[in-house]
Amino acid sequence: MLKIENLTKTFGSVNAVDNISFTVDRPMMIGVIGASGAGKSTMLRMLNQLETATSGKITVEGRDITGLKGADKRRWQRDCAMIFQQFNLVPRMDVVSNVLHGTLNKRSTLATMFNLYPSEDIHKAIDILDRLGIAAHAAKRAEALSGGQQQRVAIARAIMQDPKIVLADEPIASLDPMNAQIVMDDLRRIHDEDGRMVIANLHTLDTARRYCDRVIGMRMGRIVFDGTPEQLTTGVARDIYGADASFSEAATSTSLDALEREAALA
Amino acid sequence: MSDLTANSPVEDVRSSYMDMTRKKRAYNAIMLAIFVALMAAGFVTADDRNAGGFWDGLHQLFDFPAEVLGEASGKLAEMPAHFVKFFPSLVETINIAGASTLLGAIVAIFLSLLATNGLARWPRLIPLFRRMMDIMRAIPEIVIALVLIFVLGGGPVPAMIAIAFHTSGALGKLFSEVNENASLKPVEGLQSVGASWAQRMVLGVMPQVSPNYLSYALLRFEINIRASAILGFVGAGGIGYDLKNAMSWGKGQYDEAAAIFLLLFGAIVLVDQISSILRHRLTHGAHMEATL
Repeated sequence: MLKIENLTKTFGSVNAVDNISFTVDRPMMIGVIGASGAGKSTMLRMLNQLETATSGKITVEGRDITGLKGADKRRWQRDCAMIFQQFNLVPRMDVVSNVLHGTLNKRSTLATMFNLYPSEDIHKAIDILDRLGIAAHAAKRAEALSGGQQQRVAIARAIMQDPKIVLADEPIASLDPMNAQIVMDDLRRIHDEDGRMVIANLHTLDTARRYCDRVIGMRMGRIVFDGTPEQLTTGVARDIYGADASFSEAATSTSLDALEREAALA
Repeated sequence: MSDLTANSPVEDVRSSYMDMTRKKRAYNAIMLAIFVALMAAGFVTADDRNAGGFWDGLHQLFDFPAEVLGEASGKLAEMPAHFVKFFPSLVETINIAGASTLLGAIVAIFLSLLATNGLARWPRLIPLFRRMMDIMRAIPEIVIALVLIFVLGGGPVPAMIAIAFHTSGALGKLFSEVNENASLKPVEGLQSVGASWAQRMVLGVMPQVSPNYLSYALLRFEINIRASAILGFVGAGGIGYDLKNAMSWGKGQYDEAAAIFLLLFGAIVLVDQISSILRHRLTHGAHMEATL
């Protein structure tokens, strides 16, 4: 379904993403882990075509999407939703309008500029918000919501696009543990209930283990690990992050479970 | 987490949001209708009051420029002489603009500091200083210049005062917006060591705001060159006065008018380019400092 071959992105003299290849044959939930600057974000941004690859090829369902331009590129971006760390909503517009932005690619520019959307789209947007448990905030401005709620609005916008692939770039890095769990549960539901492929950059190993079917570890632009969550041992994690023996997951974990595990061990 | 959603059925949310959307759309439609009606009515009124009529005059729009260009191209050889003849007037015009910008900017700095929340020497008088700037900004240069020319007689000094007066108000407003964005932390730091108001402003605020001040002042300088050229028409001297003479003498003098146009145009483009390079360097320089 998704095939990445020798993908490389160069910024100046630095290879942010260095000749990576992997194949995904069926929709699954994939976690990408690695230290800051390992190239996780750049890889996702190339998938969404926010960033153009320096070389290499991305094929989705047999179609090369690396060199797309103009309307073709925007059409692809509609099929490939992106969720950002800082939510990237329009703060002064109401929640439903933000969700309706997911339909921008298939509506006429003129109508959307006057904020005119068909009623069925509005109903659908509210249904999605209801599914994510935030329909009560429908008429509020996005900026009035908490971080966790804003991220769920961003997820609703992504679902509204009806995408094949959902990309999430550090979706929970700005959230407290409780909201992080809600958002990760939502992403998992998008995969389980709608059968969409989800690729999420994560910065905590326990999240990757708990939610993902497959984990890809990146270090300095290269893929250094690709396997199941069970194979992701502390030793492997040390290699991914280039850490020494003093490295402990629980020390920096933001999961509520980790606290319990620590408490149980103590 | 406030999870009120469990009890509120989607239908309610749907209908209330649809109501809100319909209301918004209705308001927008009414606004659009009013806007279109006002535009149409305004145009009709203006066209009626116009001595010649808009549509009747439209095709003559290029007659005057064509006449000027025709005459000027016939006397191309005299152009360099005209440039030399009118260059001193151009210098006078730029001089008026420069002096008035400088004077206006100095007044504007004081006014803006006195009118900014958190920086003002007398916080209760902020509204007073703000209204003063509003009034200075509201009175057109040409009105002040006409009054001053009547009192002081024609010449560059009344024009300079008139433009400086307007500049103080306009720049004061822009400067006080810059001040609003300045961090109060250094000011508080200086206050904690016992610095006076003037010391806090000069040592705590100025370093933060000076690049933006200079950038706005340069922009104003460009505007003031145009303003001082226009004031020449009402007897304030400079190149505007020459232009008025050349144009009002009519046929036979149009080559002079064309030369003055070219001089003025060249001067404005030149200042425009220099100031945009300077402003770019100022903001770019500020950026460099921030990253270091």
